[in-house]
Amino acid sequence: MPARAPTAILLFLGALILLAAVPLVLSGWILFLLTVAGAKALAVLGVVLLLRGKLLTFGHALYYAVGAYAAGMAVKYFGVREALLLLALALLAGVAMSAFLGLLVARYRAVYFALLNLAFSMVLYGMLLKLYSITGGTDGLGIPEPTLAGFELGGSSLRLAMYELTVVLTAVLVYLTYRFFASPTGYTLRAIRDNEVRVEYMGVSVWRAVYVSYVIAGGLAAVSGCLIALSVGHITPDLSFWSQSGEFVFVAILGGTGSMLAPVIGSVLFEFVRNYAFELSPYTWQMTLGIILLLIIFFLPGGVWSLTALVVRRGSR
Amino acid sequence: MRLLLVVALDGLTYASWLFLVSAGLTFTYGVLRVLNLAHGNLYALGAYLGATLVLRYAATGYTPALAYGLLFVAAVVVGLVVGPLIERVFLRRVYSRDEEVQLLLTFSISLILEDVVKLTWGVNPVFAEMPYSYLGRVRLGGINYAWYPFLLTAIALAVGGLLWLVVTRTRLGKVLASVIADREVSLTLGINVPRVYTWAFAAGAVLAALGGALTAPMFSLAPGVGAEVLVTSFAVIAIGGLGSIGGAALGSLIVGLARSAAVYFFPELDLFAIYLIMALVLLFRPQGLFGEIEVRRI
Repeated sequence: MPARAPTAILLFLGALILLAAVPLVLSGWILFLLTVAGAKALAVLGVVLLLRGKLLTFGHALYYAVGAYAAGMAVKYFGVREALLLLALALLAGVAMSAFLGLLVARYRAVYFALLNLAFSMVLYGMLLKLYSITGGTDGLGIPEPTLAGFELGGSSLRLAMYELTVVLTAVLVYLTYRFFASPTGYTLRAIRDNEVRVEYMGVSVWRAVYVSYVIAGGLAAVSGCLIALSVGHITPDLSFWSQSGEFVFVAILGGTGSMLAPVIGSVLFEFVRNYAFELSPYTWQMTLGIILLLIIFFLPGGVWSLTALVVRRGSR
Repeated sequence: MRLLLVVALDGLTYASWLFLVSAGLTFTYGVLRVLNLAHGNLYALGAYLGATLVLRYAATGYTPALAYGLLFVAAVVVGLVVGPLIERVFLRRVYSRDEEVQLLLTFSISLILEDVVKLTWGVNPVFAEMPYSYLGRVRLGGINYAWYPFLLTAIALAVGGLLWLVVTRTRLGKVLASVIADREVSLTLGINVPRVYTWAFAAGAVLAALGGALTAPMFSLAPGVGAEVLVTSFAVIAIGGLGSIGGAALGSLIVGLARSAAVYFFPELDLFAIYLIMALVLLFRPQGLFGEIEVRRI
């Protein structure tokens, strides 16, 4: 990748402009679908980042819900309506939460890491359900239409603005995560994947790399949750449920962990497939996911992204 | 005083149930070194099949006493059909791959089984309370308590005792110990390791399904129970130490009593209590109470 970096950046910018221009051609539900996909891609990006360090989490929806509810609470109790402020608050809440839980979780690997996260996310789920007076229980919280940078936008112009905001924010965060992954800490994460003990023998702190990555992944998921809250306009405790975390893992594996762009591709693909598969047969949705996941594990371990590598290789030949 | 007794009895009941389920999870992990994320779904399958058999049987009007046997039949059928199927067809292919791939595999099986249950039994609650009410109630220290929980505790004790006997007193136990210690050396000793894996996985599946079948008369069943069971029993074995049967027993007791105390004294803390204990234990003893520290190999 580094050798072709200029090409990659050009491609990236091209894709960005193309995506930003999508509303000129398409509208309505496809735009909404893409907004949701772009927003969720950020949570998946966090999962992918951790997976690069061989860390599988089944509780990443925890931070997704923290972001969404941080926004929801700010709206309900402090009357904050500015989208950018809400996003900043969500990021802060997500980072604070992951920085706190990370103190415990970052000490664990493999099974423990996966299930500690799952346990914490289910605790949050239970609390969101039970603290009815604060969180609205199963009814959740409604989020009124926000203002964007001070502008009162309503209806379709707000949806358009949310789409553009999501595209820009996702692009920026994908790029920053890519930069993080190319940083010394990012390289440590790669080395951890190969052999953690040897990394420590080199005198590099494994714990620090894992902790930092965990906090970043938490922040990404919180921004993702807030974007979803703002676009959908309603949040429920289900945001923290295990099936949501499972979905993030699924999309991460579907897209592949080969690139920081893979989560975006995986996420868009997932939202479209879900849109059709769910209408076709709602009762076999999870089964469909399970079967696809099995197929990927056995036949396409690199995810959909590895197909692009195939195309590139063939093209350069 | 009466309240304390109720708390203790409820805690014991809950602990017995927890032990049945988590013993299976920890046993499978101990032998195969794979945490089976579909464990909760095997529980659900056992519970639904048990409830169905009991309801069918109750409709015929024969003596209710035989219904208890049907619960065991359900558990064994689920465990011995689905368990080996998962291990032989899927799990076996990923032993050489990364641990997270193994977790992902059992996760995808869990997703599939989740819908199998929904497709077979629908989404309406299923409840087969006959074995529970048939045993009647007992007056104990001024409170009125059902007999069935005592049966559950007795079964949990029997299962625990049986596991302990098998592991410490039989040839099979020695074979298991050798496979756990070193898979390759066991192979050269002439132990059929793949077969041990299949049976160990099946045994874990039977225990999960048994836990499900035995609780079917106590609570009504609804979809989604699998994840809750998995998470709770993971908390139990994390407290006790992954792979340790004794740890699962102690963990069940701690979690059972804590949960029941929380339900009566601090209802809001209910689930929170379990994870608080788990976090505390892991903070001070990361390998769990009875767990062994894994040797790190370079």
